[in-house]
Formats: sequence, structure tokens, C-alpha cells
Amino acid sequence: MTDPFNPYLPEVATVLETVQETHNIKTFRVRFDDEAKMAAFTFEPGQVGQLSAPGIGESTFVINSPPTRMDYLQFSVMRAGEVTTMLHGLSAGDKVGVRAPLGKPFPYEEMKGKDIVFVGGGIGMAPLRTLFLYMLDNRADYGNITLLYGARSPGDMAFSAELPEWTSRTDINTTLTIDREAEGWEHKVGLIPNVLLELAPSPKGAVAITCGPPIMIKFTLEALKKLEFADEQIYTTLEKRMKCGIGICGRCNIGSSYVCVDGPVYSYAQLKALPNEL
Amino acid sequence: MAAVKYIASEKLPDWLKSLAEKSRVLVPVAEGGGVVFRPYAPGCQPVFGSDATAPPKGSVFPACQELFRYERGKDAEDPGKGTLKLLPATEAEPTVVFGAKPCGARGFLIFDRVYMGKKFPDPYYINAREATVFVTMACSTANVENTCFCHWVGSGPADGAGSDVLLTPVAGGYTAEALTDKGAALLESPVLSDGAAKAAEADSVKAAAREALGEAPDISTSPAALLAAFDDMDFWRDQSDKCVSCGACTYLCPTCYCFTITDEPTGQSGRRMRSWDACMHFQFTLEASGHNPRPTKAHRLKNRVGHKFSYYPTLHEGIIACCGCGRCIKSCPVSVDIREIVQNAVARAKG
Repeated sequence: MTDPFNPYLPEVATVLETVQETHNIKTFRVRFDDEAKMAAFTFEPGQVGQLSAPGIGESTFVINSPPTRMDYLQFSVMRAGEVTTMLHGLSAGDKVGVRAPLGKPFPYEEMKGKDIVFVGGGIGMAPLRTLFLYMLDNRADYGNITLLYGARSPGDMAFSAELPEWTSRTDINTTLTIDREAEGWEHKVGLIPNVLLELAPSPKGAVAITCGPPIMIKFTLEALKKLEFADEQIYTTLEKRMKCGIGICGRCNIGSSYVCVDGPVYSYAQLKALPNEL
Repeated sequence: MAAVKYIASEKLPDWLKSLAEKSRVLVPVAEGGGVVFRPYAPGCQPVFGSDATAPPKGSVFPACQELFRYERGKDAEDPGKGTLKLLPATEAEPTVVFGAKPCGARGFLIFDRVYMGKKFPDPYYINAREATVFVTMACSTANVENTCFCHWVGSGPADGAGSDVLLTPVAGGYTAEALTDKGAALLESPVLSDGAAKAAEADSVKAAAREALGEAPDISTSPAALLAAFDDMDFWRDQSDKCVSCGACTYLCPTCYCFTITDEPTGQSGRRMRSWDACMHFQFTLEASGHNPRPTKAHRLKNRVGHKFSYYPTLHEGIIACCGCGRCIKSCPVSVDIREIVQNAVARAKG
């Protein structure tokens, strides 16, 4: 739990378990060593944490387990730089630092009663997973739930242990897609925006939440606009280079908006109002 | 307002010596071709004339500061398990910053709004800020330089905002006015005498310095004007053409507060540090994916000027995040002038 007295000081946590999701994505399940703090910890879907390996540094990742399942906090890390490479070397029993929760969540209360369309690409499924599971755990509060999750290839799909459940549940509508045909793949083949247009979810009383590589988001937004989703009905969560995570260090601003405190969740309407500096 | 006091020039060393017995006293001294703030020691020769090359920013916000130490170890009962201890140190040394120009102290008012935020106040900054007293020196006409523009940003050469004591050079010495309780305590020294007879002279010194700065242009529309120019990259390429991305402007700026965080390991233990950083550098926004939202110096200069004259004022009741000290202009190796950029943006917006 981020200490209000010293927000730079991580909470010491132990890695309970790791899951090698893909060749470059690894999931970590951690618990604070201080059980009282773990019991008191609260967060909301979409909020992030700084995961640190003292000696190397820290980086920002969404807490991708939902607040309805507090046995551990889950972070999924794509190997991209020094900190993530160090984190990939950790295994069960190792210690990490956690500063969380940081940033603003998805407006999940305002989404109650609406149809929900999740569009996730690659590691972009991680932030969606939090909200997706939260909604499954509060299923009666939401309308139709559609999940479209895509990756380049079957081997690039994270959370593979959960995919059979997601595709077989009858109270949600899950579509998995990959970019090109692959042997043994029984789901869709096609780029996410094209598959989204085929699925053609109705914008009436709905919200869409998308996250993925910038190019995927760009074309997904275009597809959602073709489907007549209004800017206010579309949400995404941004990745920016953050350090302090508390709106001070000055690294993640887009004009006068600081992604670490004003985001990382933004509606498309909010994003359009920001200076063009993504 | 407390009574004005007076100290003769020859008694200044006595005052500094007595202050240095209780606190670290930072004074501007000549070093390496510049003037920088260093701890006072008897015999040292402070430079109270022209403004210091580097502001007293490091007195409260050190260029490099330890956030915490960490120690890894092995669990005594289970050698297969590791331990991790995090040991923060937020104490601050009592400090008097003596002889900065008012703009150098006023810079911290820009910091305060960010570092003393309600949700995540910064304990390192707050403790250092509270432990620091600013005795500043109002400018006389002799100190007004062609790079000074404090009067553009709502300040002036005798602006006491951010100072605890304001000294003003007068014949034979200085008048001293306490502006805060912390400042009043410093003026209890017996080396200071009543300065009522010198008050009028001090007022005319201040007025003459303000007069020497001349008229200030109206830049009140800069927040909107800079936003309006945001996507005009031809404009920003023009403005940044000379810039060599050295970052001197940010490191020497009393109001630039950005930092990075890095770890310094030494075997199984080490320190997490924060250090000044500069938005003029390519790496500042470089993401791990390789994407950089500010890939050229034009994008980066846009952010620096935009932050000071648009984004910060938008968030903080119109207050410009610049104290007008002019160091960024004076020390820029290629004479990039932030005043010209702001004026150009304002003129561009007017069409």
C-alpha cells in the first residue's frame, strides 16, 4: 500500500508464483509481507502499481487481478528493458517492492447496466483482464459482455490457462483471433479491427474498452467509430514512461494532464481534448 | 511588518559566522569561473553582486538525493529465502541560504504547488523546505541584466515572495526586512541595528531597479497561444533551430523540478536515488518499447516552454512556472531566448 507519508517507499512483497505466459510475457503473483497491510489494501480496476527490483529500478504495470480476488496482486510484464528483464528473472520466494495503487481506474460504476465490449490486443489484454474479471465477479450488474482478444499467433496469447473458460462461458461472448492461420487454431483469424467490424456490437447502451499496441488502438478506434460508438463510450488506458507515479517527476505529461494521476484510463473524448502527443 | 534593520558591510562576516554556528549557511562564492552556493566558512568571500551562475535550487532539492537504502539478506531460519529491508531517510539539515536574488528563492513557490500536493506530499522536499531559511538580496540597478525578466512573470527585483528576509544594498551596508517568522528570528542578532533611517534609501534602490527593467510585454495569453501552436511543428522547428539539447537551461532553472529515479547497487545492498532530469533530453520520454512521444528537439523545447507558460498555469491558477531569472538565456551556449519564443507564440496566435 503506497505510504501517504512516503509515497516513494515501496511495500516489500514476496513473489508467490510466476507464469510464463508467452515467450516475452511473464505473470507475477505477489503478496505484501505485512499481512495487515495486505488485508487493508484496496484498489479499483485499471489502477496501476510500480513493481520494483531494488538494484535495478521500478516500472509501472497495471494490477491485472481484480479487487474481487485479493489472494494476491497480479502483474503481467512484457520484457522490454532493464527492469522488465530483471523482473523476468524472479521466481517464487523472491522479494520485490510494490507501490500501489496509483492512477485512476476505469469508471466501472458508471458502466453498470450497460453492454460492455472489450477489445484487447497482446499485452493490452492485461489491463482489460482486471475489469473483465471484476465484471464477471459482479455479473448481474452489467449487460451483455463481449470480449475480443487478439494476438499475432497462438503462442503470443497471454492468460492461456483462462481462455477455455472465457470461450466456454455462456454469459459472455468471447472471440479469440490471431493475425494469420496457424496449425491447430480453432478460433478466428483476422486483424482485431476487422474482426470487430464483423462482430458489429451495437453501440446502443454500450461502452467499449480497448487496449493494445498503438497501431491496433488506432484502427480499433476507427472501427468503433464506424460502428457508431460515440467518443464518450470508448475507453482506453495509456502507457507512458512514468517514474514517480504521483504527479511530481514531470515525465508523463500530455499538456497539463499527467498520465500517472489523471490517467492512465481516459475516455476517447478526453484523449481528443488533450494535445496531440501520444 | 517588522521594523527595518541595518547591517554594515563589515559586520556581515560576524553575522554569517553566528548563523553558521547553528545551521549550514549557503552563500554564493566564485568557483570554476562561475558563482555557486557553497557552505560558509570563516574567511570565505561571498559574491553578493551579480546573480549566481547556478540558483540555490539544490539547497532544498539536491541534484542527487537518496530516497532510501535497501539491504538484501538471507532469512536466518530458512537460508533458501531472501529478505529485503528498505530504509528511508527524510531528515533535512537546518540551512540558511544567504544572498540569493529574490527570484532564486521565489522559484520554490513553483515547486511548493507540486511537491506539497494534498494527495502525495513529498516528505523529502517538505522537510528540507521547512528546514531552510532564505535571506535574499534585492537587486540594485547594478544587478539588473539584459537577461532579467522577473517583471514579465508577476515578480520584480525586490519581490519578497519566497524569501524570509530581504536585504537591500544601501550605502555602507544593507537594510534587512523580516518577511516571515523564520526570518524575524535571524534578525535577532546583535550585529544588526535599527535601520529606520535607511528605509527610504532602500525603497529608492528597489524602485530604481524596477525602473531599469523597463516595461513588460503582455504575455497573459501565453497558455492559450502555446496550445494553439502545439501542432505547428514548422513553428517549433524554427524556435528550436539553434538548440543543442544540452539541458543547461533546465539544470540552471530555479523552477525546473523534474527528476528521474535510479538505483545504485553495491553488492546486496544499495540506494534508490532521485536526480535532476531535463525534458530537453531525448531519453526523458523514451519508452521501453522504443516509442518516443517527443522525438525531436522541437518537440522537447515545445514541452519546456509549454510547461512553464501554459500547462503549469492551467493547473495552478494562472501562475507562470518561471521566475524570470534569465539563467536559461544567459547560460545557453547558442542563445535560445525563452522570452522570444513566448512572444512569438503570442504573436502567432494574434495572427
